[in-house]
Amino acid sequence: MKLQLNGELMDVQASTLAEVLMERGFGDAKVATAVNGTFVPIALRASHTLNAGDSIEVLAPMQGG
Amino acid sequence: MVRRFYGTTLANGFMLGTAQYPSPAILADAFKRSGAAVATVSLRRESGQTRAGQDFWKLIQDLGVHILPNTAGCHSVKEAVTTAHMAREVFDTKWIKLEVIGEEDTLQPDVFGLVEAARILSEDGFQVFPYTTEDLVVADKLLNAGCEVLMPWGAPIGSGLGLNNVFGLRSMRAHFPDVPLVIDAGLGLPSQAAQAMELGFDAVLLNTAVAKAGDPAAMAQAFATAVSAGQMAAAADPMEPRDMAAPSTPVIGKAFLE
Repeated sequence: MKLQLNGELMDVQASTLAEVLMERGFGDAKVATAVNGTFVPIALRASHTLNAGDSIEVLAPMQGG
Repeated sequence: MVRRFYGTTLANGFMLGTAQYPSPAILADAFKRSGAAVATVSLRRESGQTRAGQDFWKLIQDLGVHILPNTAGCHSVKEAVTTAHMAREVFDTKWIKLEVIGEEDTLQPDVFGLVEAARILSEDGFQVFPYTTEDLVVADKLLNAGCEVLMPWGAPIGSGLGLNNVFGLRSMRAHFPDVPLVIDAGLGLPSQAAQAMELGFDAVLLNTAVAKAGDPAAMAQAFATAVSAGQMAAAADPMEPRDMAAPSTPVIGKAFLE
């Protein structure tokens, strides 16, 4: 399935958000996620089924003012 | 008078940003020498390969200060609200420095979007620190929306111009005597931070002035000293300025030497 992760087009085998995160190397990383502009909390990642063309954002702590 | 930030008493009135330092080691050193009570942080895209955010998170945790995540760079209510939800999960805090930017050249807040986002987030249990202007009407609407802290700008973000509207900021302090007020953005020198504290503000929040100094750690300490001096001065009840001179040396008893 083709989708976008952090703006990058990619082809993934996984079908849920949790599986995509594992597949793309995030594993146990401290990240927050959104799909198509909507926040998806940790508790819902495993049940969040993805569709082709979805846009996923994976954000982590970063420097800020 | 000590005003609490959503029930939290801070050790001092220094909030320091974590961006733009030459290196993580210098960032850590600057925080150590600043004694800052609060660190502002952000969220950005993570790479599954480099996972840079994970190292930064470890560094921030080791600072042992309160964490204030921001919604920097957000230009819409939806964007800011979604970012706030993501920040709450990652940083495990209800605190959010709410920025809804409305103008690119000045990074002035979109105060209409700010009030709307503040209401949505407050109703959802967030403790909102809104980056706003010194406008009293907007301030009142933010308080009505559920904010218990206000953060007016001193000057545009990163400008280092200091307190551009002292009259407006003094009015704000007088209008909201019980509300914790933080000068957020625009400070370039410790003397400006001292001035903010002398006006009775509860804290200053700055980043660029320290991170972009030739010696960030030394500048951080200079700001900390200034914040402390300004806070002591405000508590000591400063004299009222006057237009005419008034001799400080007693006139009575002066020798007649004509």
